[in-house]
Amino acid sequence: MTDIKFVRDAMVEEQEPPAATAGFVGWIRGNLFSSTLNAILTILSGGFILFVISALLPWIISPTWNAGSLRECHEILAGHEGACWGVIRERWLQLLFGFYPSELYWRVVLDFVLLIVAVAPVLFTGLPRKMLAFSAIYPFLMPWLLWGGTVWLPIAVAFGFVLGFLAHRFAKPIIGGLGGAILAFLVPVVWWLFLAGPVSGGLASVLPLALETVESRNFGGFMLSITIGVVAIAISLPIGIVLALGRQSDLLIVRSLSVGFIEFIRGVPLITLLFVASTLLNIFMPPGTDFDIIMRVIIMVTLFASAYMAEVIRGGLAALPKGQYEAADALGLNFWMSQRLIIMPQALKISIPGIVSTFIGVFKDTTLVSIIGLLDPIGLSTTIRADQNWNGIVWELYGFIGLLFFIFCFSMSRYSMFLERKLQTGHR
Amino acid sequence: MSEIALEREVDRSHMQVSDKVAIQISHMNKWYGTFHVLRDINLSVNEGERIVIAGPSGSGKSTLIRCINRLEEHQAGDIVVDGTELSSDLKNIDKIRSEVGMVFQHFNLFPHLTILENCTLAPIWVRKIPRKEAEETAMHFLEKVKIPEQAHKYPGQLSGGQQQRVAIARSLCMMPRIMLFDEPTSALDPEMIKEVLETMIQLAEEGMTMLCVTHEMGFAKQVANRVIFMDQGQIVEQNEPNEFFNNPQHERTKLFLSQILGH
Ligand SMILES: Nc1ncnc2c1ncn2[C@@H]1O[C@H](COP(=O)(O)OP(=O)(O)OP(=O)(O)O)[C@@H](O)[C@H]1O
Ligand SMILES: [Mg+2]
Repeated sequence: MTDIKFVRDAMVEEQEPPAATAGFVGWIRGNLFSSTLNAILTILSGGFILFVISALLPWIISPTWNAGSLRECHEILAGHEGACWGVIRERWLQLLFGFYPSELYWRVVLDFVLLIVAVAPVLFTGLPRKMLAFSAIYPFLMPWLLWGGTVWLPIAVAFGFVLGFLAHRFAKPIIGGLGGAILAFLVPVVWWLFLAGPVSGGLASVLPLALETVESRNFGGFMLSITIGVVAIAISLPIGIVLALGRQSDLLIVRSLSVGFIEFIRGVPLITLLFVASTLLNIFMPPGTDFDIIMRVIIMVTLFASAYMAEVIRGGLAALPKGQYEAADALGLNFWMSQRLIIMPQALKISIPGIVSTFIGVFKDTTLVSIIGLLDPIGLSTTIRADQNWNGIVWELYGFIGLLFFIFCFSMSRYSMFLERKLQTGHR
Repeated sequence: MSEIALEREVDRSHMQVSDKVAIQISHMNKWYGTFHVLRDINLSVNEGERIVIAGPSGSGKSTLIRCINRLEEHQAGDIVVDGTELSSDLKNIDKIRSEVGMVFQHFNLFPHLTILENCTLAPIWVRKIPRKEAEETAMHFLEKVKIPEQAHKYPGQLSGGQQQRVAIARSLCMMPRIMLFDEPTSALDPEMIKEVLETMIQLAEEGMTMLCVTHEMGFAKQVANRVIFMDQGQIVEQNEPNEFFNNPQHERTKLFLSQILGH
């Protein structure tokens, strides 16, 4: 029988890890050459990357920046392979701004700078909460800067929300919650439909504070994609939440309406909705009304995005344990409180990857508007390629457009990863 | 079904049953679809009573106490809590829920909020208490359940026993007049069961009206003033603990006790 008794007589001091598991060499060993198969894969993919770069770089580094046409490019390159960057130099402003008047570019730039200011406090909770006040003003500022016109119109539109709030505030104690809610909905709608126009017109004639008007048909390029994308993204999230809740509602009518809407929109290609926006809607409008085409497109893209958003959020809701609802109920929180404080924060957090995927999808889908004749970057590229000088150019244009889209989508995706990490509170 | 030994003598000086009725359940029936889960329940609970509900799995214990704060809806009979009748009137339901605290088997803490936020959420939003005051109350109760130092952690960072004590503190922050416990210790290891039971005993010593579904018979013997035995959706027997354990009358009670006490 062996002796199983053991008593340690000297404690082991802490030591440095062996070199092979730490530092640069350790990292390479662990991640790239940890096994024979891994080593083979590393070498193969390394070779492939080198091959692609060596094929692409000479094409990209091409002295054609100043060329004025495809023909000039060919002359400069003298038979060598190479990109023709002249087209980007000549047309990049157009790809960004469409046919927006060049002396008014500052308005678009300002608009997007302000967009970043408005979105920042929403995205990063570390920023001062007072900045949110500007985020609330921004939705009214943005269209005014882009389209111009009298300042009174956005103010009148914003005033509608104030009216709705006041109606709710003062009607609720008198006629009860439901009546208050209905009034809070009706008053602003009546205001917008019948009064906002004349009132802002009247004010404008008294005190004409206006920016030069820019027609929707001059909108184009990335600024158009971003406008459509940002508005659709911003509005589809709240609508999606409401639809997702509606789909779970106990009220049959609310539930059927939500399900019907979601399934209908998801069952129809976006391009069909866009055609409806560009042609059919006008038939239903009273003759003579000119409902802005970009507005129509934004509405359609928003509805489309909302339906997908609703399903993504429903997934998040379904993943929440029933106990969370019960605990909220047992503490006496009412439906809206528990949704707002307990359910949605968790459901949205679970759905972040899906939500951001939907955002990215919507943003890229804005390129479909080229099919109904709007001049987004893709629409513009067709026009540019129809130009005598640039006839036959493909890769440079699409590469440039692709790069810009990639920058936007990649930032969204990185942000979503940041957010997920930040919201990680160690629950399984 | 263990019987965790509690080391100390329970201080009974404040455990007084008043003759004011806290909960009055009469001829209550409930169905899940066609399944008659609660059958003709009659139960009257006075203020200051500590009632333990026992019974085999599926006998309807959880359903019964969940009916008391309307997590489940009953279909026939009356439930009156603190003078308020439970009907489909939302006002009554909200009123009752803010007066009745509930502790769940799986704690159901809000994982996205810190311990302190878990405790202050309902007082701030339901009771409209200023944040600062709510935080003071919360710290008071967290001290009472002996985990004030965890206040700024998230539930996921706490042990099961600590989480359950937070859940109790969270309920207490609403200053409930009645506390419901649905198997508060059955998801815990023995060491943690003890710390949670200790907290519950403390609560009983202060005269809280308590309804506990539990298999902790030691707790029942030491703390309860009445034990209710349920089977097949009905109350089969109820008695004060000594009599209940030593002299059960109904066949089912005898069988149940012999199984869980192992003799
Ligand atoms: N939502 C539900 N729908 C249908 N049947 C249910 C539902 N919840 C519970 N039941 C059934 O009702 C009966 C009583 O359930 P309950 O949870 O009250 O039992 P319990 O006594 O608490 O049991 P346990 O000790 O296992 O917790 C069980 O037969 C259960 O299957
Ligand atoms: Mg149960």
